[in-house]
Amino acid sequence: MASGAEQAGGGFPVDPLHQFIVHPIIPIHIGGIDASFTNSSLWMVVTAVAVFAFSFFAVRSRAMVPGRMQSAVEMVYQFIADMVRDSAGHDAQRFFPFIFSLFMFILFANLIGLFPYAFTVTSHIIVTFALAATVFLGVTIIGFVLHGPKFLGLFVPSGVPMLLLPLVVMIEVISYVSRPISHSVRLFANMLAGHITLKVFAGFVISIGAMGGIGIAGAVLPLAMIVGLTALELLVAALQAYVFAILTCMYLHDALHPSH
Amino acid sequence: MANEAHTDVFQEVHVPEAGHETGFPPFNAETFASQLIWLAITFGLLYMLLSRVALPRIATVLEERRDRIADDLDQAAQSKAKTDEAIAAYEAALADARAKAHEIAQKTRDELTAETDRQRHEIESELSDKATAAEAEIQASKTAALANVAGVATEVTSAIMSSLLGEDSDKAAVEKAVAASLRRGDA
Repeated sequence: MASGAEQAGGGFPVDPLHQFIVHPIIPIHIGGIDASFTNSSLWMVVTAVAVFAFSFFAVRSRAMVPGRMQSAVEMVYQFIADMVRDSAGHDAQRFFPFIFSLFMFILFANLIGLFPYAFTVTSHIIVTFALAATVFLGVTIIGFVLHGPKFLGLFVPSGVPMLLLPLVVMIEVISYVSRPISHSVRLFANMLAGHITLKVFAGFVISIGAMGGIGIAGAVLPLAMIVGLTALELLVAALQAYVFAILTCMYLHDALHPSH
Repeated sequence: MANEAHTDVFQEVHVPEAGHETGFPPFNAETFASQLIWLAITFGLLYMLLSRVALPRIATVLEERRDRIADDLDQAAQSKAKTDEAIAAYEAALADARAKAHEIAQKTRDELTAETDRQRHEIESELSDKATAAEAEIQASKTAALANVAGVATEVTSAIMSSLLGEDSDKAAVEKAVAASLRRGDA
């Protein structure tokens, strides 16, 4: 450790961005497109397998009186079902499996990313943007399929003076179109910032500890910070998954009931 | 795995420039295609498996439990209704038995009273019969006695008359006088 700090020559011993590097494990190229199985892909697979295992094997016994794991799965199920019903309406129940998958995938990706050496899938803008864009496109398509041109009424609030209407409609359209951006950046930035902060404090532990003697005693402070930040990151991981899911529900509500 | 982890630490500590070679990793467009493809594969498969297999099973379990609870509550309500019914039947039977017991007691009492009355009447009539017979006997004795009285009185009168007058008196006149005297005495 000490030699590492010395070699860095006074610079920061830990590169906080290194954890976000995507590197191929099995290079795959299909028609000029890089489809390599990377560390990111590996952790996506781990996330998906963990979610499926959690939701499938915990209810294997189909117990009338649930055990611990089954109880946990049922609680999550009820929680998401209630959220979909309350935020998106009763007719949104058919989209429940998608919201459930989305919430669980993001939650597990966030939580698994907190393990040391794990790659955080959701700390990449392209992943969160892909999820947000799927929601945006899906919601827009559902809106037009269900309501046809009437779906555009979403952009025309009632009771606005004719003079202001063009301006208001423009603002509504912009806010609608920028949804996938805010939706994806919120999750991405939270995960990225949290992991960078953790890495920076870890760097402090190493560089202060490298001073020896008093330094090792002083390194306890950033170490304690890491413990606290890890707890905070656990909260953020769950909260951001919830925020992503509930925003999806609200967008879905707009598509199902476009009247302002 | 452990080896790989060690390499990671080694790289992070010794080669701080490695991360900067490609710029800010999340904005490295070279990795976008692979991430999108694998996200589509993993998330797509997860969605399929959850919506086709896992979620319907959880829903079934929850529904079965809800049904079971509703069933049990129904059964409890039915049992309660049955209990209420049984209690009502028991109370009716009890009231019935009470009424019957009362009736039997009343009947017995009535019967006993009737029997007593009958016996008393019997005894009374017997007694009154006896009294009547006795009265008749007394009357007969009295009549006989009275008849004798007339005879005796006539004889005594005749005897007195004959001793006083010294001659046999007129028997018919004596009888007539005695009878008149007796009638006067009766009145």
